[in-house]
Amino acid sequence: MPSNKNNLNLEQQKYKDFAQQREPKRPVLKNCIKAFIVGGSICAVGQIIQYFYINNFGYTEKNAGDPTAATLIIISIFLTGLGVYDDIAQWAGAGTAVPITGFANTISSAAIEHRSEGYVLGVGGNMFKVAGPVIVFGTFSAFAVAVVKMLINYLGGI
Amino acid sequence: MVKGSQSFIFDSQPVIIASATVGGPLEAEGPLSEDIDILHDDPYMGQDSFEKAEKLMIEEAAMKALEKAGVDKDEVGVFISGDLINQIIASSFAARTLGIPYLGIYGACSSSMEGLAIAASLVDGQKVKYVLTGASSHNNSAEKQYRYPNEYGAQKPPTSQWTVTGAGVCLLTFQGKGPRVIGATLGRIVDMGITDPFNMGAAMAPAAVDTIKAHFRDFGIGSDYYDLIVTGDLGAVGHKIALDKFKENGISINEKAFLDCGMMIYDRERQPQVFAGGSGCASSAVTIYGHLLNEMRKGKIKRLLAVATGALHSPLSYQQKESIPCIAHAVAIEM
Repeated sequence: MPSNKNNLNLEQQKYKDFAQQREPKRPVLKNCIKAFIVGGSICAVGQIIQYFYINNFGYTEKNAGDPTAATLIIISIFLTGLGVYDDIAQWAGAGTAVPITGFANTISSAAIEHRSEGYVLGVGGNMFKVAGPVIVFGTFSAFAVAVVKMLINYLGGI
Repeated sequence: MVKGSQSFIFDSQPVIIASATVGGPLEAEGPLSEDIDILHDDPYMGQDSFEKAEKLMIEEAAMKALEKAGVDKDEVGVFISGDLINQIIASSFAARTLGIPYLGIYGACSSSMEGLAIAASLVDGQKVKYVLTGASSHNNSAEKQYRYPNEYGAQKPPTSQWTVTGAGVCLLTFQGKGPRVIGATLGRIVDMGITDPFNMGAAMAPAAVDTIKAHFRDFGIGSDYYDLIVTGDLGAVGHKIALDKFKENGISINEKAFLDCGMMIYDRERQPQVFAGGSGCASSAVTIYGHLLNEMRKGKIKRLLAVATGALHSPLSYQQKESIPCIAHAVAIEM
């Protein structure tokens, strides 16, 4: 029996369709609307925090981004530690996964999870288990885009 | 005695003289909580890791079953157990504590009935006087190993299932009062090419259908022979698929007498976080060794066919794009 998903035999293909007709579908539209509302709210809160730093601590619009991101990260890690971030995420979906809070959640949740295996091999070794691929391919795509930009500039720019 | 090509009959009809179950916080809120002997309201159960908590549940269930039967653990010839953690450490470490000769088994969520079939064979073959068999799973240790960190915010699809936190153990011997193990049908691996680990019900349903069909064929009986046929952890999705598969195959099944442990152990209306229902070794172990055996002792069920279903994939095989091989073992229990 072939095991690769692209090599289903006739019986398996038939069963796949049979099963699919009986599975509840992911509520995609509902999920998109929820993600839009929650994701947008997180960004709105971020904006409020940014104005707070600009108005009270003398930051400029350019450098207020750093303390704002740090504040959102702290809030996200705090909610992860309390064990509520995953519950919010089940409702919000991509709304909590895409902003920087989602990234903080991937790292802190893995760190909490592997505390029982010790600080070095457990927390240290597993902290980037979920976030690792994002960092690797994020860095690589940044590099690729930079190379393209450099080439365009070299050829005379746009 | 051999029966057909996949089954056997236990001529001496080993007796389940006692059984005991342990559950976690969500199981305590579920509809079967009254049939669970020991309930924990904290997933750590006073231990410093989820794995240790799972080991504790097996130890507690084993000791409770021995206490109910009034049997000393030194009298027990074999302890058979399985769980979902890598290298079945929960079972093996519990066996270290118990100090009973030990057979560790792995059949994923089918471990409960795999263990019961082996246990009944050992008693039937008069190899040992008392056999203790059980299985366990822990929601958090399973999530940690098979999916994402517990606190990671990933959105689960409606086909996903909730691994039951619990353990169920039963004690078998030659004679005594209690439900008797009549026969067993061992399952073959059935792989219908499903690759989605968030849709285990659909992956396992064909295995359950295959084993139940083989059981009817080998024993020359129909579904009306049993008061109840119960599957281990197909959940709402797999249960519906299995029912329709029986219809497609022209096998009549009484829908009221065909239930699923994963749907019984939780109230899906009140506990929406379980989605399609419970899964894991403890889904069948806790429901069958707790609630269903109690119903048999009360005389409400006379003939039970317990079919535990297992998905035999690993996180590694999933990442290597392998589909999910599934299995189901059926054990016939009568009062």
